[in-house]
Amino acid sequence: MRVIVQEKDFDLREETEKIRQNHPEIGALVSFVGLVRDHGQGGKVLEMRLEHYPGMTEKALEALLSEANRRWEIVDVTVIHRVGRLPASAQIVLVLVASQHRKDAFRAAEFVMDRLKTEVPFWKKEKTAEGWHWVEAKASDEIAASEWIG
Amino acid sequence: MKILYFARLREAFGESEEIGFSEEKTVSEIIDMLTARGPEWAVEFSKPYRVAVNRKMANFDVKVSNPDELAIFPPVTGG
Repeated sequence: MRVIVQEKDFDLREETEKIRQNHPEIGALVSFVGLVRDHGQGGKVLEMRLEHYPGMTEKALEALLSEANRRWEIVDVTVIHRVGRLPASAQIVLVLVASQHRKDAFRAAEFVMDRLKTEVPFWKKEKTAEGWHWVEAKASDEIAASEWIG
Repeated sequence: MKILYFARLREAFGESEEIGFSEEKTVSEIIDMLTARGPEWAVEFSKPYRVAVNRKMANFDVKVSNPDELAIFPPVTGG
């Protein structure tokens, strides 16, 4: 299980290879990559800045992965989330779940992303033609996260 | 007690501050105290926010005291 918060970019292939080589028993690898969309709440996004809470962010991600591990049969999982300045189309987040079977990997990857969006301390600020503004949390994300309760 | 602010609240109030008090207080009592500091504080606390105590998401009725770390921030928007 790896949790990394970093400014630099990540390489999906490199991360996939690390898991593949360490775990010959896996039959499924599900990856999710979140990107900076060029169109945000305030129009065309020129740039984004991501802030986090050092110490808590990592802890919250680890707690989330432990919960995923309790709920599904997971062999390994990597989460990398970037912070700092990111241009449009940049990679923001990687969730990589390895499992013996695909269903556990799919479910766990979706769970991690849904819950990350509502309970892990990251904040996005977008730059548009009008200047910088903080991205507002979406009610649809709260609903998606709440569907995993129970 | 250390209070940390993030994102919109950090821009308004600064990164952190130390406050001391003699007995345990609930998080909402501390928020009331901060809100009473002036209109710029009241404005920020009229918008949605969340709290964490000792780096864990918390409710407003949690009791805190001097050794605790309280963080106040807008609803998160990562991913």
